[in-house]
Amino acid sequence: MSAASATKSPLTWAVHVSALLLVAIWLLPTFGLLVSSVRTKDQIAVSGWWTAMTSSTQNKIKRAPGADGQVERDGKYVISGNVLEGSGTIQAFGFSSRAPKKYQPGDVATLRDGSLLTVEANGDFEIVADEKITKSRGQRIFITATTPPSFTTDNFKTVVNAEGLGKSFINSLTVTIPATIIPILIAAFAAYALAWMEFPGRALLIAVVVGLLVVPLQMSLIPLLTAYQKIGAFFGVPGKTYLGIWLAHTGFGLPLAVYLLRNYIAGLPREIIESARVDGATDFEIFLKIVLPLSFPALASFAIFQFLWVWNDLLVAMVFLGAGDDELVLTGRLVNLLGSRGGDWDILSASAFITIVVPIIVFFSLQRYLVRGLLAGSVKGG
Amino acid sequence: MEQLFGALVTMVLGVAGCAAYFLLSNVILDRAYPVTGQTPAQISRNINRANAIRPWLFLGPAAVLLTVYLVYPVVQSFWLSLNDRSGTEFVGFSNYIWMVNDPLFRESMFNNMLWLIVVPTLATFFGLVIAALTDRIWWGNIAKTIIFMPMAISFVGATVIWKFVYDYRGAGSEQIGILNALVTALGGEPQAWITLPFWNNFFLMVILVWIQTGFAMVILSAALRGISEETIEAAVIDGANPVQIFFKIMIPQIWGTIAVVWTTITILVLKVFDIVLAMTNGQWNSQVLANLMFDWMFRGGGDFGRGAAIAVVIMVLVIPIMIWNIRRANAEMEGH
Repeated sequence: MSAASATKSPLTWAVHVSALLLVAIWLLPTFGLLVSSVRTKDQIAVSGWWTAMTSSTQNKIKRAPGADGQVERDGKYVISGNVLEGSGTIQAFGFSSRAPKKYQPGDVATLRDGSLLTVEANGDFEIVADEKITKSRGQRIFITATTPPSFTTDNFKTVVNAEGLGKSFINSLTVTIPATIIPILIAAFAAYALAWMEFPGRALLIAVVVGLLVVPLQMSLIPLLTAYQKIGAFFGVPGKTYLGIWLAHTGFGLPLAVYLLRNYIAGLPREIIESARVDGATDFEIFLKIVLPLSFPALASFAIFQFLWVWNDLLVAMVFLGAGDDELVLTGRLVNLLGSRGGDWDILSASAFITIVVPIIVFFSLQRYLVRGLLAGSVKGG
Repeated sequence: MEQLFGALVTMVLGVAGCAAYFLLSNVILDRAYPVTGQTPAQISRNINRANAIRPWLFLGPAAVLLTVYLVYPVVQSFWLSLNDRSGTEFVGFSNYIWMVNDPLFRESMFNNMLWLIVVPTLATFFGLVIAALTDRIWWGNIAKTIIFMPMAISFVGATVIWKFVYDYRGAGSEQIGILNALVTALGGEPQAWITLPFWNNFFLMVILVWIQTGFAMVILSAALRGISEETIEAAVIDGANPVQIFFKIMIPQIWGTIAVVWTTITILVLKVFDIVLAMTNGQWNSQVLANLMFDWMFRGGGDFGRGAAIAVVIMVLVIPIMIWNIRRANAEMEGH
């Protein structure tokens, strides 16, 4: 080790250290949220997520049962119980707010009325009095306890059921699946025509597609919203439907789909397509039997783009889909929660995790195609 | 579950419908212009006619959808921006006149310009630095995956993630947001970062930089690897140090790619909406054009004229890049 590191130049170390630092900065925010999503509301509220792996020390005030809870034992009157709910260890205890940490676990404290209080490390306590206890209000016990790191999945149960994330998850899937698959076939046919068929106006159409790639979605919102409302009113149906959003996402995704697929299909070897033509294959056959199977990588690239874009979309869903329980998608639900449950990080962190888990899985399993698509879309250009 | 099933059925129907359209239209075309049992002259005429029509069958559905969902709305938005709030009465340029006098629009314009300067610059810069760094280390691919990962996270999800980073508790209580925890650990005063006018813009921009750096890194890394070995070897022989090689040999060779990354992120920045809506909804002087437009679309039943006018401004800002893209695409096609 020392021999190897001695030969490495300081620059190499600088590269490693700065790369590590950047990676840490990029990872920390997400990691913090994930850690928080498995902590309880109380833990999140009193300590930062970075302390989740260490034991936390908390000061609490507990109240022993009153006179009703006493039992007679060996001629003495005893009230007993446990001040810790669940796990933890008592570090110190006391019976007044002036000296809440006065006694060590196992010590015997003499209370003001002369009875004796003992708290063990595991939280068991006993108050022993010589005479019958008459106070109906129980004795206050101040404890300092350390709790070992603990994690919970309760946040997820809460958000999936009570906060409606489960329903929205289904809604998001409902929007995303058709909106990802339908454009592919339509775009593939158009891309083939733009790549391998001769007709007047072809170059102009390609230029139009390249131009439409960057048209801001904002331009489409108002005219389409108006049109949807009119069509809905004409047929007596709501203007905001799943069919409407599927078609909207198809339309908005088409420029990229046609562009990516055309680039890829135009790059297929000329010989394959010409020899098929010579053999008497029609364009339709060439497309189905040769071009489509060969274009799989490009189709996969686009499918991933479109999936991520539709799943993560907020704007189109807000405008073209209703806000009811049967329609609100995950991103919309998350925005609503940000408004209504602003500081409840137990709810927000678990909800955010549920909205990002599917794209993250898609990303990690299909990263190769995503990178390929990005490169095809940006570096090569037309 | 029922609606998910409905979605699957729609998907199958949609795909089957597309397939049926393409199949049937081609069959009909072949029937209409048969190539057997006729004189050679007729056959060649039929082939030519069929070949003239077939491309349009292939393009048909895409052309219709693009026209309905993008071309028509662009034209219509321009028209609506010259009309009143309900889109029925022509009012000339009064929406634009209102716009330039509206303090909120000016604020959005100013903030958008800030975004346009800061986000593409930082994302490209970090992307380039990380690409150069990770190409030199054995765990570079792992590092790249981690930096790239935010690309998969929705803007809303990313906003929640960062809102937690910026979380603020009053001075004296335990800070649970890591930024304020760091600030207090270093002896500073905790701040409610996203409510600080002007500076909050930068805290929002960080989110987009965090997302887009991975994109810049992937593309610039590929470009860096495409640089020919010979130029670098020549520089090494001439005694250039690694830093000189990076800035004087490598960067000049990938200017084209840097420009592509820059413009792509610029377009995204112009449309930024989700982050601002989810984080501040334009409060504390953080409004941007896309969010302002959304606001006017629905505020008080919606003012379509003003909303469309703001959309047109975004569109106009995009047009130079659009033209540049089209020129670049044309040049490359001629080069094929």
